[in-house]
Amino acid sequence: MITLIIISVLPIVLLYLGLYKAQKALLPVTIIGLLAALAAAVMQWTTNDQPQPIYNGMMLFNNFSVAFSVVSIISTILILLLSKGYFEKISTHIAEYYAIILFSLAGIIVMVSYHNLTMLFIGIEIMSVSLYILAGIRKKDFASNEAALKYFLMGAFSTGFLLFGITLIYGASGSFDLDVIRDWVVTHPRNIDPLFYTGILLIIVGLCFKVGAAPFHFWAPDVYEGAPSLITLFMSTVVKVAGFAAFLRLFSACFSTIADFWMPVLLVITIITLFIGNITALYQQSFKRMMAFSSISHAGYLLFAIVALGAGSANAVFMYATAYSIASIIAFGGLILVRQQTGSDNFEGFNGLAKKNPFLALVLTVSMLSLAGIPLTAGFIGKFFMFSGVLAHYNVWLVIIAVVNAIISIFYYFRLIIAMYFRSAERAEVEVPVYYKFVLGFSAIVTIIIGVYPAFISGLI
Amino acid sequence: MESLTQTIQAVPLNHYILLSAIIFSIGVMGVLLRRNAIVIFMSVELMLNSVNLLLTAFSVYRGDASGQVFVFFIMALAAAEVAVGLAIIVMIYRNTNSIDINVLNRLKW
Repeated sequence: MITLIIISVLPIVLLYLGLYKAQKALLPVTIIGLLAALAAAVMQWTTNDQPQPIYNGMMLFNNFSVAFSVVSIISTILILLLSKGYFEKISTHIAEYYAIILFSLAGIIVMVSYHNLTMLFIGIEIMSVSLYILAGIRKKDFASNEAALKYFLMGAFSTGFLLFGITLIYGASGSFDLDVIRDWVVTHPRNIDPLFYTGILLIIVGLCFKVGAAPFHFWAPDVYEGAPSLITLFMSTVVKVAGFAAFLRLFSACFSTIADFWMPVLLVITIITLFIGNITALYQQSFKRMMAFSSISHAGYLLFAIVALGAGSANAVFMYATAYSIASIIAFGGLILVRQQTGSDNFEGFNGLAKKNPFLALVLTVSMLSLAGIPLTAGFIGKFFMFSGVLAHYNVWLVIIAVVNAIISIFYYFRLIIAMYFRSAERAEVEVPVYYKFVLGFSAIVTIIIGVYPAFISGLI
Repeated sequence: MESLTQTIQAVPLNHYILLSAIIFSIGVMGVLLRRNAIVIFMSVELMLNSVNLLLTAFSVYRGDASGQVFVFFIMALAAAEVAVGLAIIVMIYRNTNSIDINVLNRLKW
């Protein structure tokens, strides 16, 4: 709870700092505040198996919410460190950008610790409304404008579906509380209202829009390409992870006993997502757009945990999300640096990078290997947990499809490695600031540590 | 208050569900078919209002106030969304002099 309070008060402090022109203090204050929030979150870790919901059953802070809050906060800290000097190029009023990112993070904390469908809706809205603004912060840039409008229209549209689903579930079960809904499902196993089934389907549609799973993914590539790279990074890591945490929390708490009904629907969505994400990514010339499609395919892998809902699902999502977030931070950090030099997002911009910037090329290689799921990196461990969860449900075909897709994904991730190491181009050295060195190096080391010794975070939830 | 509840309950619940589903579908079709950003926006509001209507009806039939409280949350957040959304549309109008979403094809769909 203290975490949420700190993260909600911090942006207001930042806005005041901006008002009094304390530009230099913004980043340090943000980082210190987030570290305090992180400490508060870690302190809430309990060994108690049955933590009680607070505020009349609105919120429930258990180990699940602590783990996902910690991942979100750490990713946000790393992303904000990359923002050193980034927002100044867009506008002189930079306090607002930090504040809006933190408001969005507050929504994410609500999303991972809700215990009532009202809070799920409020959390998603706090996060989304902030992101609509962030997608359009380059006011004169057409691509950024377009991304903001598309994200806004699609986001509002999907909220409508989510709300209609919540309403139908309320109509059938008579409550928004997750425990009451679960008890209602358990006591009415045979004659569940058709309203309730329709409600579940509409909630699936709404949440799949938010996490960018096919066939509701069409907004994602445009928005990710048009938004400024740093905001794209925030959207494709922290926001996506929070979306899956909310998805998993709802389905494992309420609907796990009627999995026979919704599982086939999600199975089809998962398979379509994997194929569309991976095959379209093969044809992209722009690295940024390739990362957008790759994030769609990773949404497909993350859906595995919900398709094969079980005791290990939360752990699998946690591992996969951590690995994916850290690797994406490296990839986008590299992209921002290369783009500052060459001015384009294309693969050609990376040609010959290894000769001039061995460090940058090395961390980018680690990140690509991790995203592709090569052993000894965190991405492999994440995929391993996902696939073993599905295998425990004897869903061999799904695993075969997933492995085929993992092989397809190697082609497009390795294009970057080939461009960096085997294509030669005349280029000057890319200047890597100290902040970037720290974030990229830290992320690469964590990726390898998790890959070699996963036990230190795998048993947490 | 008592008479208000009775008035609402005079109409069978199924009719509320059907009416809301129809209004919701009109909203969805509006979002998918219309090309003007403001009209799309109005269609989204139509979807949200059909949800509000249905929540109120369920809440009255169940005798449970939490549904009506949810309606207030939806209204407040829809207002926040309108503020941000109209700002985005104004920003686009300044750059393109149009609010037709067909102008926005620089990024391929």
